[in-house]
Amino acid sequence: MSLLTVENLRIELALRSGPAPVIDDLSLTLEAGKTLSFVGESGCGKSMTALAIMGLLPDVGRVAHGTIRFDGEELTTLPDTRLREIRGNDISMIFQEPMTSLNPVYTVGEQIAEVLRRHKGMSQRDAWTRAIDLLDSVRIPNAKSRVSAYPHEMSGGQRQRVMIAMALSCAPKLIIADEPTTALDVTVQAQIFELLRDLARDTGTALILITHDMGAVAEMADDVVVMYAGRAAEVGPVDAILKDPRHPYTQGLISCVPHLKADPTAARHDLTEIPGIVPPLSSFGTDSCLFASRCAHAHDRCLSARPKAFACPAGQFAACWLEADG
Amino acid sequence: MTDTFDPRKPDAEQPIEKPRSPAAEAWSMFRRNHAAVVGLIVLTIILAIALFGPILYPEDPFMMVWTPFSPPGEQGYLFGTDYLGRDIMALMIHGARVSITVGLAAAFVTVTIGITVGALAGFFRGFIEEALMRLTEFFQVLPTLLFSMVIVALFGASLPMITLAIGLVSWPAVARVTRSEFLRIRELEYVTAARSGGVRNGRLIFSVILPNAAPPIIVQAALMVGSAILFEAGLSFLGLTDPNVASWGQIIGSNRPYILDASYTVTVPGLAIFVTVLAISLVGDGLNDALNPKLRAR
Amino acid sequence: MSLLEIKNLSVRFRVKRAWGKSSYLHAVDDVSLSVPRGQTLALVGESGSGKTTAALAAARLVPAAGGSVMLGDTDLLKLEGEALRQARARVQVIFQDPYSSLNPRLRAGAIVREPMDALGTPDKPDRDARVAELFAQVGLRPEQRALFPHQFSGGQRQRIGIARALATSPDLIVCDEAVSALDVAVQAQILNLLRRLQTDLGLTYLFISHDLGVVQHMSDRVAVMYMGRIVEEADRIALFSNPQHPYTQALLAAVPSVERAKRSGVKMTGEAPDPLNPPPGCMFASRCPKVQPSCKASPPPLDAQAPDHRVACFFPGE
Repeated sequence: MSLLTVENLRIELALRSGPAPVIDDLSLTLEAGKTLSFVGESGCGKSMTALAIMGLLPDVGRVAHGTIRFDGEELTTLPDTRLREIRGNDISMIFQEPMTSLNPVYTVGEQIAEVLRRHKGMSQRDAWTRAIDLLDSVRIPNAKSRVSAYPHEMSGGQRQRVMIAMALSCAPKLIIADEPTTALDVTVQAQIFELLRDLARDTGTALILITHDMGAVAEMADDVVVMYAGRAAEVGPVDAILKDPRHPYTQGLISCVPHLKADPTAARHDLTEIPGIVPPLSSFGTDSCLFASRCAHAHDRCLSARPKAFACPAGQFAACWLEADG
Repeated sequence: MTDTFDPRKPDAEQPIEKPRSPAAEAWSMFRRNHAAVVGLIVLTIILAIALFGPILYPEDPFMMVWTPFSPPGEQGYLFGTDYLGRDIMALMIHGARVSITVGLAAAFVTVTIGITVGALAGFFRGFIEEALMRLTEFFQVLPTLLFSMVIVALFGASLPMITLAIGLVSWPAVARVTRSEFLRIRELEYVTAARSGGVRNGRLIFSVILPNAAPPIIVQAALMVGSAILFEAGLSFLGLTDPNVASWGQIIGSNRPYILDASYTVTVPGLAIFVTVLAISLVGDGLNDALNPKLRAR
Repeated sequence: MSLLEIKNLSVRFRVKRAWGKSSYLHAVDDVSLSVPRGQTLALVGESGSGKTTAALAAARLVPAAGGSVMLGDTDLLKLEGEALRQARARVQVIFQDPYSSLNPRLRAGAIVREPMDALGTPDKPDRDARVAELFAQVGLRPEQRALFPHQFSGGQRQRIGIARALATSPDLIVCDEAVSALDVAVQAQILNLLRRLQTDLGLTYLFISHDLGVVQHMSDRVAVMYMGRIVEEADRIALFSNPQHPYTQALLAAVPSVERAKRSGVKMTGEAPDPLNPPPGCMFASRCPKVQPSCKASPPPLDAQAPDHRVACFFPGE
């Protein structure tokens, strides 16, 4: 059985103009020890999916339809107290900005120990020893002395390691990382990715990685969900999607980035542009392909009906009418 | 946000928003704060009374019109008469003009000094900042009531002097807010861009940074009007006032001995001060909502 | 003949310490660079490497502690007062943050007009036409001049910033992480626009970025900075195909790739030194995979390894 199964999830935000589906008909599965990546531009609902799984939707949001099954429990109908238990023990989250996620007036050791005492009922002494072990496991050099450091005394990369240590403290089954390296330098990002990969391998923790960077997806993920305007544009194994992207949005996302080329002497053509921007939230419910206004291949059917997800030869699903026509 | 986005059209044909000025945005935010709207209505009524009252109610506030201490309503005098038999209604209208004028003028003095000191300190840094901030701290640690009493006692209890005294003891708060806003905004990229575009320092201070620093200063200034009215009332109550005019505070002060026998003589001006200052605070709170970009997200 | 010739540029910041003591942070240390007219020099490095500070110091927006910045025949660092203000027309900056780089109280048209009004060029009657022309050049619609910044998307805001930078017809444009705050799809639009403008108008760019893919796409020459100093500087192709400094090699290896290629072996370990208390030797020694004892004794000079390829390392190459 899968660790996480999301089926036909629809999340509506109450706007002044009426409810708008910020997530629409999203389905996915995630097995233990695997990494799933959400990729897309900002405003496409990547972070909202994570918040829905955590049961942390904003006040104006609600699950309108669908199910989220995690480890045998249906999260959408659980009472708050049980959700809070799950959040502490089984699902952890890592955020983009490691500085604002840590409390500046406590040492990092105190903050990790606090989590352990609250969720695991450890004694102060045990929690402190465990905090040092955790800092060691996220490769903070000289953990024994760094455990008494305040967040501002650490570099950005080290703070993000502390956040990962906190996320790991209760040995969760699933870690959700929302753009965990966007604020970090590329060399630090490489170290954090390596750490997350090793942790997933050693502990069997599943990882959801939210990112806008196809390179990061390629490095980290087993499966990928390409999100556009609240809908899954393309879902499937990373290899299939990178080798043979079928949705024009996925193709655009891959080719619009100037990736580092193996051969620097190659000619530098203009980048593929995806013209325009993501449509406003209020139009997310329209029964048409929301990407049509930016798509070079759009035709009449794209405008009159929402495309279903079609199975592609390489193994992924793409929600595009072009795929239906072969 | 426009709701007329049409996914059928290419991007270049999507409708563009109507230009909405920051002032229009601010007003729409202000309107959402109902208490502030009530405050604004009350304040408008009070201002109207101060402006047009003497025309609509041309009674001389300093004339003895009836028996002293006649209770409200008697002989058609809405608020009755005071210990000298003067019409309290007429005194109140006259007092509204005095109190509000002093409040506005003192707030003006406060803001002028505060902005000048704060802007120079925040913009130029270095020695100028050190000197100006030490000066600000000096004024801030002076006991305000005592210091203003000394000024009034030394230079005479005329209204302009009282206004100046209030302004002189109140400006450090404005200077601090202005300086901290300047310190923040001068590092923003659009200020660097303006410098890079050859904009001169004077324009940089007054046309680029100050308008963006204005919101918290405006809120401060609004609240300052209220506190200046209170301050003036306090000074008048202590008798430090121009005997030729009657502010609300002075009406309370002069009727103080009769507070037990004719309580309305102090209740009416007291309520007027309370309502006015409350209305100003509510409006200030509404301005804070209206001008705070963080609350404007949706 | 280079348009911009930076020689021995240094920038120091005074950092206050407890009890009235202060020490200096050498944000930029002895940086020399040259940019030929019509070309793009990229300054690459991680946060805190001093790349932005160096460029802003060259543009006289951050005070320099020493060196010279020759733009044509003028040393920008020697100008003061009115001469400096007039010279600002020749160097303009495109900023990183499309939100904080536009004055929220001005309409888009007024933002683009601001440098023209301040510097008095072109003549007043021609300015409106120039604003319209700039809007067309950066792909904005003329009726959008009346809008305020918050009514634009991030990419459109960056276009306004580009139009403002072009307003004075500058010789040199500093692009300070001009696309790193944008979504990938919008980033491509802006990069294409910058390249098109360079071809059409013959612009010279000093292009600051931490994104090596973007740098490879945009630059003609590349200088890699680490902790205030240039560690490697070369022609684009030479730098990417044959990086000599271990830091450059580590940077290149750290970039995630869609090709899912195996990383090469260069990995950094350790932490960067305290910039307020720099070590006597090579700044990179604490993180370098092939550090030798001699590296910690004295700093390596930035020497030419090959014609046109400078490296500051005692043991360059593989």
